[in-house]
Amino acid sequence: MTTWRFVVNDAPVEVEAPGMRRLLDVLREDLALTGTKEGCGEGECGACTVLLDGAPVDSCLVPICQVDGARVATVEGLAEPSHEGAVLDSLQQAFLEAGGAQCGICTPGMLMAARAYLNDGGAADEAAIREAIAGNLCRCTGYTKIVEAIAIAAGGSR
Amino acid sequence: MTIRTPTPRGPVRSAPARSAPDALVVPPGEITTGHARGAPLRREGPAKLTGVAKYADDLVFPGAWYGGTVRSTEAHARLDAIELDPGFDWSGVVVVSAADIPGDNVVSLISDDQPVLVPVGGEIRHHAEPVALLAAPDRGMLREARQRLTLRTTPLPAVFDPLQSGEVFAHFDIRRGDVEAALAGAELVVEGIYRVGHQEQLYIENQAMIAVPVDDGGVAVHGSLQCPYYIHTALKRALLLDDRRARVVQTETGGGFGGKEEYPSMIALHAALLALKCKRPVRMIYERHEDIAATTKRHPAIVTYRSGVDREGHLIAQDIEVVMDGGAYTTLTPVVLSRGTLHAGGPYACENVRIRSRAVATNTPPNGAFRGFGAPQVEFAAEMQVNRIAEVLKVSPLELRRRWVYQRGDVTPTGQVLRESVAGEEVLLRATEASEYERVRERTAGARARRGADGSGREGGDRTASGIGLALGWHGAGFTGSGEVHLASIASVELTADGRIAVLTASTEMGQGTKTIFPQLVADELGMAVGDVAIAPQDTAIVPDSGPTVASRTAMVVGGLLIKAARRLRAAVEARNDGRPFADVRVADAAIHGSTRVDQAFEPYPHVHFDDDTYRGDAYPAFGWAACVATVDVDLDTAEVTVRDVVAADDVGRVIHPVLAEGQVEGGTLQAIGYATIEEIKLRDGRYLNDRLATYIIPTSLDAPRITSLLVEAPFSGAPHGAKGVGELPMDVGAPAVVAAIHDATGAWIHELPASPERILARLGITRPIDAEPRLLAVDDAFREPIDAGTDPRPDAETDPQVMRGPRDADERR
Repeated sequence: MTTWRFVVNDAPVEVEAPGMRRLLDVLREDLALTGTKEGCGEGECGACTVLLDGAPVDSCLVPICQVDGARVATVEGLAEPSHEGAVLDSLQQAFLEAGGAQCGICTPGMLMAARAYLNDGGAADEAAIREAIAGNLCRCTGYTKIVEAIAIAAGGSR
Repeated sequence: MTIRTPTPRGPVRSAPARSAPDALVVPPGEITTGHARGAPLRREGPAKLTGVAKYADDLVFPGAWYGGTVRSTEAHARLDAIELDPGFDWSGVVVVSAADIPGDNVVSLISDDQPVLVPVGGEIRHHAEPVALLAAPDRGMLREARQRLTLRTTPLPAVFDPLQSGEVFAHFDIRRGDVEAALAGAELVVEGIYRVGHQEQLYIENQAMIAVPVDDGGVAVHGSLQCPYYIHTALKRALLLDDRRARVVQTETGGGFGGKEEYPSMIALHAALLALKCKRPVRMIYERHEDIAATTKRHPAIVTYRSGVDREGHLIAQDIEVVMDGGAYTTLTPVVLSRGTLHAGGPYACENVRIRSRAVATNTPPNGAFRGFGAPQVEFAAEMQVNRIAEVLKVSPLELRRRWVYQRGDVTPTGQVLRESVAGEEVLLRATEASEYERVRERTAGARARRGADGSGREGGDRTASGIGLALGWHGAGFTGSGEVHLASIASVELTADGRIAVLTASTEMGQGTKTIFPQLVADELGMAVGDVAIAPQDTAIVPDSGPTVASRTAMVVGGLLIKAARRLRAAVEARNDGRPFADVRVADAAIHGSTRVDQAFEPYPHVHFDDDTYRGDAYPAFGWAACVATVDVDLDTAEVTVRDVVAADDVGRVIHPVLAEGQVEGGTLQAIGYATIEEIKLRDGRYLNDRLATYIIPTSLDAPRITSLLVEAPFSGAPHGAKGVGELPMDVGAPAVVAAIHDATGAWIHELPASPERILARLGITRPIDAEPRLLAVDDAFREPIDAGTDPRPDAETDPQVMRGPRDADERR
């Protein structure tokens, strides 16, 4: 067991874990951040996507030893907490209104991939958006309304 | 009475936003204000978007153990013994075998043939069959224990080819008119043999169930599921529990598509058996590999089709044979076959029809429900036939469908008169107009002509060929025949003692929008704001049995029950309050009278009669209608297919929520495109070879076309709101549209799904290689040199057994 120190959603954390423990398990089981989902455990579906120092990664493929000293962002950090509940950010709001979430299991990973795209200055360009979320599988929506939601959040309207 | 519903923590308010000017403040999991194009926002949307929604694997039960399943590794064998390694300390582990099952060792919806666990001395019938169960306090010990348990078996001969199977689960024979005489007198007869394989539902949340023992000897299971009462029934029977001591609670469910209709009963029983034996909660969370390897798939099918056309171009005969591979156990197969049989003719009027079908057993994992439920398999064949006939007749595929499509007053093969809500022509016209089908087709035909049948006109810039394809389909709304009468569903609306409204149904939310449209329908009837209507949790201890969440029946059937319940509630409350509006008096009324609950039972639709024995009559109360136009690019060198654009027109009776309805059309369309192009299960000796997400592939955002969905409303009078359902419709038409577009681009007819590059190349390569000297296949050639398929309905993928005869003058040349 080793102690790993890193930052999750702007809060510093300390975790005791074997170095090869998956970041996904650390988040879900050690830190009780179950918003990040597991769909395949082999980096195919993207449901476990989080941002590692700003870059989208499949947290099922990242051992915790690679996270030491890094900044991790998960779906739980998107909305702004308030005493009345959570204030959705513009991307979540766009997903809600456009119908970008159906069963919701791919949604956290999809949001994080989209967040990375927007943080990098991604535009409301359909082809670029499709490329940005190509590592995140969704079986419900046909992607149409997800792409639309990200375009809305990027400042475009479709 | 008092019921348990989520307690609102105060209204949702707009708040100063961090980034969006009109962002919402959303207490997690609560009702949201705002709207999606005039309709309410998804009820549980904020919880899903913030990560607080609890799926089964997100739930924490202190002290829970991890459960695992020991499965067969043989397709067919006798189980002689389950051996535990004496060198392992079994005291810290719980082992369950069939001997631990207190009640019937059966998990059954139709026939009692599938055991919960194969007993020692019993028969293993497929590769992934559950034989024993293990539970351990941690995953490491569970893995270790599994390695120390050995199955002793005696192999038995196995059957993998459905055409070699002598064990028939179900068969149907529907006849109308005299098909032999009509075929004999036909001007043109076109025969086709079409094969489709397994398809995996591939919900992104794997199957998951957690069982918790209860002090009274009962058990509660919390899990990812579609049909709480199916599981409730299964638990009661195998565990000898009464209604109260078996409890099923749906957790947030990450997709179902039919895949969580029946298999969750098996997992729930496994988890419950372990939990009862180790007296603590047990988690059965499948990994993707186990989920694909063991759970049900769409039935593979072989459809043999003969169509007869008269001199005027009328469809006068359809002779259809359907063989479905049910896998090792009956499961839902007879009902899947029934729907497949009833839809096999496609949405076309024909006086002489014979549809013979059978579903057989093989030593492969059982197949079951998947969106479309038998219809996508047969409608692929039906649409291929229409397209090939159009080609022979040199008529536009659109024009031929316009001539043939059912109109009001037409009669189906079961003798059902289509009295109302017939919108085949309308969806056809809507989809083809919006996609400019005929104009595009002219262009693609021009490009094909320029390249030349032998490809000699292909220029350097011709890397890809574009094609456009059309398909038309129908889908029976709700359960088949008298299914809804037998289900006798109940749905309830309650004015609670504190003046709120609760909706009580067993209908589950798995992404399609149940929790959003139900409050919407009830609020409309009661004249209230949608946010004031709460929805009770899908927990068998709380909600009545409103039937399974399947067959696109939720909006139509259960939604209809809720409307009736709300109307009765409103009438009763207004009557005792001097006729004042319900919304104004509900709080005062509840203060005086306490809670008022209306249970609405299903009432048979008037004038709908079906005979389950003869298969005559109204097979469905109404049909939904769908048209799909797909545009593809086919790489002329690699035969890779890119589906570029899809226009889908779907008649859903009535649109309750446009955003959610479109979401159903778009999602179903992409599943159909996956079915058409890339989704395929490879088997060897009855085992799936590509049972991982790395090898079973589904479309990504880059594989998905731009989808335009057009919603058409031809209401059904039997439902108070006119809705007919939407979920399955788009699944029926996507694949034949894509395959027609591939033909339009290349000239190759692909008779077997998926239309992979390998199949397209082989199909083109037999007659003419596409590379050096492309010689595109034309149907005309096929009937100048007819290939005799004989009676073998099992062509190789590489051969084209498609027989054609006539028109008469052509016939004489043979």
